[in-house]
Amino acid sequence: MEETIRFELNGKQTELPLDPGQTLLWVLRNKCGLTGTKYGCGMGFCGACTVLLDGEPVRSCMLPVSDAAGKKIVTIEGLARNGNLHPLQKAFIEHDALQCGFCTPGMIITAVGLLMKNPEPSQQEIIEGMEDNLCRCGAHVRIIKAIQTAGKEMKGGK
Amino acid sequence: MKKSVTIEKKLMKSGESSGRIRRRDFFKLLGGGIFIFVHPFDPFEILSMPAQQARSLSKDFNAFLQITEAGLVNCYTGKIEMGQGAISSLPQIMADELEVPYERVKMIMGDTDLCPYDRGTSGSNTIRTFSLFMRAAAAEAKAVLLLLASEKLKLPVSRLEVKDGIISEITNSKNKVSYGELTKGKRIEKHLNGQAILKEPAKFKYVGKPFLHQDARVKVTGEAKYSADIQLPGLLHARILRPPSHGAKLVNADVSEAEKIKGIRVVRDGDFIAVLSDDRDRADQAIVKVKGEYTFDEIKADDKTIFDRILKAKSTANVIRTNGDQETGRKVSDTVIESEFHNSYVAHAAIEPHAATAMIEGDKITVWVSTQAPFRVQESIADELKFPLEKVRVLTPFVGGGFGGKSPHQQAVEAAKLAKITGKPVVVAWTRQEEFFYDTFRPAAVVKIASGFDKTGRIILWDFHTYYAGSRGSDTIYDVQHSRTTDYSRGAVHPFGTGAWRAPGNNTNTFARESQINIMASKAGIDPLDFRLKNLKDEKMIAVLKAVADLFGYSPAKTPSGRGFGIACGTDVGTSVAHMAEVKVDKKTGHVQVIRVACVQDMGLCINPQGAKIQMEGCITMGLGYALTEEIQFQGGDIKNHSFDTYDIPRFSWVPKIDTTILEHKDQPPAGGGEPGIICMGGVIANAVFDATGARLYQLPMTPERILAALKS
Repeated sequence: MEETIRFELNGKQTELPLDPGQTLLWVLRNKCGLTGTKYGCGMGFCGACTVLLDGEPVRSCMLPVSDAAGKKIVTIEGLARNGNLHPLQKAFIEHDALQCGFCTPGMIITAVGLLMKNPEPSQQEIIEGMEDNLCRCGAHVRIIKAIQTAGKEMKGGK
Repeated sequence: MKKSVTIEKKLMKSGESSGRIRRRDFFKLLGGGIFIFVHPFDPFEILSMPAQQARSLSKDFNAFLQITEAGLVNCYTGKIEMGQGAISSLPQIMADELEVPYERVKMIMGDTDLCPYDRGTSGSNTIRTFSLFMRAAAAEAKAVLLLLASEKLKLPVSRLEVKDGIISEITNSKNKVSYGELTKGKRIEKHLNGQAILKEPAKFKYVGKPFLHQDARVKVTGEAKYSADIQLPGLLHARILRPPSHGAKLVNADVSEAEKIKGIRVVRDGDFIAVLSDDRDRADQAIVKVKGEYTFDEIKADDKTIFDRILKAKSTANVIRTNGDQETGRKVSDTVIESEFHNSYVAHAAIEPHAATAMIEGDKITVWVSTQAPFRVQESIADELKFPLEKVRVLTPFVGGGFGGKSPHQQAVEAAKLAKITGKPVVVAWTRQEEFFYDTFRPAAVVKIASGFDKTGRIILWDFHTYYAGSRGSDTIYDVQHSRTTDYSRGAVHPFGTGAWRAPGNNTNTFARESQINIMASKAGIDPLDFRLKNLKDEKMIAVLKAVADLFGYSPAKTPSGRGFGIACGTDVGTSVAHMAEVKVDKKTGHVQVIRVACVQDMGLCINPQGAKIQMEGCITMGLGYALTEEIQFQGGDIKNHSFDTYDIPRFSWVPKIDTTILEHKDQPPAGGGEPGIICMGGVIANAVFDATGARLYQLPMTPERILAALKS
């Protein structure tokens, strides 16, 4: 049943013997040791498991790992570069845009995807882009501000 | 410094801490330094505890502070961090009292081997109660250090000053010694006697200043570990067979199909059946192949009939408070209004489901648990496995949201049991469906109120009956001559588990009370803020109400004014809080959009205004859910909500503009901050909906269907 599946994970070529039906979420967490990607509902409703697949935010809990074959995967652990945090990570800290932190990786990854498509989103566009990521602690207002701040910094920096 | 502070150099006798981790074990693990042990000498807390749980609390300490030889301050406590920010605010207090840089204070939380007994993190107690002891301990530690410095520098304490962990002569700063130097090679123990002098609030350097979440960096990089993130060699992922409904009993199970799956181990212990694999997906596939047959105890209740069941339950009436005479109150009132309020079961729905990872080595088990009460978990596991307490170590990594739902800890017992049976480390991480099924919901409840007022708008009569909500927040905050509060909550009425949900009882009671106040104000033709001010004596409450009106930019008007403005106020965990909100109601669809919410609270001494405001924002946002959509649907013991598709929690598009203000009183003790901001959300939105439309909602949540029905009637 197992076959060799290759993908690029956080910039590194990765090759694993896997059952192609396994979900990307559990492969990342249990085979790759990347536990920053969270299980929140297992049905794609909450967004805690979001990763970037070729730059697109996807719900890793719903994705068979075979669908990731040959693609580039970025998880929350892959955002910082040489110890420098991604502007979104910095902005989340600066705005205190989290409490328990469990939804945070999915929030940040979804926001990375959003800003890649739309570097200067309006508040309404941020709300629409983040709508399906759930946070129970109620950090929403700060998350919106953090995304605005990061968007500005990324635009200025490039 | 007072003379009563003496240095005890001899070691205390170890082994007297009643079956818990013994003191010598702490020392073995922690090395030298100065230790200040903190007694939980709150008699009410101890009295309200079962004997076993109290575990001789009164004789012993439940937290301690260590000044290490490196001059670092470690605070060991059984409290945990679940997003409320204690990990950031407790060090502010300690850094201030000890005069050390904030960065040098470290919290070691929720580890039953290293931390002394604590009953759990709930009731906004970490700052409100616990921090008082820690602050005193820090003051005591500083007193000890000053005495040591006095010996070393051969100067009286009165000629010394402390700054950033360095004690120096006031007139010659070069004559100095650091905390680390003073502590080196020593092991000094003291028990908090409360006699050390606390720092004057005016001199606070850290307390009262905004501090960011200390744990934010590890949380934005994915490094932060939660209980399902513990990676262990040979770890097995377990899925457990669950009944289809509460009240179902397993009579037969066929595991043969599951056993056929490669790499699956099936464990059976009576009606406890689990499938385990080193691969979670495989365990997920296997569990659905286990076929169970059940008998059902019929539970005659559903989400519509539950209120009738609650009112018909034979609870004894517990009169909490009574003033004056109800009969007289009725006679003297010019208008009497009787109302009945309902609210449904509500889930905690933390984004992290309950999880636990258990590992047995030799005769000892270590369990990482997502819990608000690690020591209670330790007891449950010891009971289940028949292990002595000291052979059970519970560690509490970050907790992904609790809100009261993570005091119950069935998942930890399940993981421990499976680790014992299989001899392998096991993780039990509940699915979202399991999370909804086993959640201890906020109870469905009914509140009946009869209230009366005279021609001038003075409330004369207040008769408040709360059924199965819990009594917190039920006592009226208004000044009423003839008033009575009665709680009905004895005996079983709920078809499944219920428990503490952020500000337990208070959300229901405040919704009912504050709705009733607006109903009276409207009937009396008086602006609802004026009506409240007319009937309040409590100066704190008057001040927060006036402040929230300013913050909101409120101008008085009779309701319904058509503006969609709501108001509500209340008290919780010692804090007075008031909210104003503006809503828009779509009269065609019944949809309510909350445009803005202003919230003011008086919480005494506020340690971390940044953290406190974040809690207020979180409370407001979370409260939109129970006010507008959140409701468990059930038929008998069958919980119909399995995930977030049918249980709608607040999303980005719901979130109003939020303004918050804290009225600070540095000279007062700190009150609670984790819960007050949520208690008014039902009432403030219900009152705003009435102001917008003239429709009065008597039931939470205020779903579009209920709004439309109220608009019609």
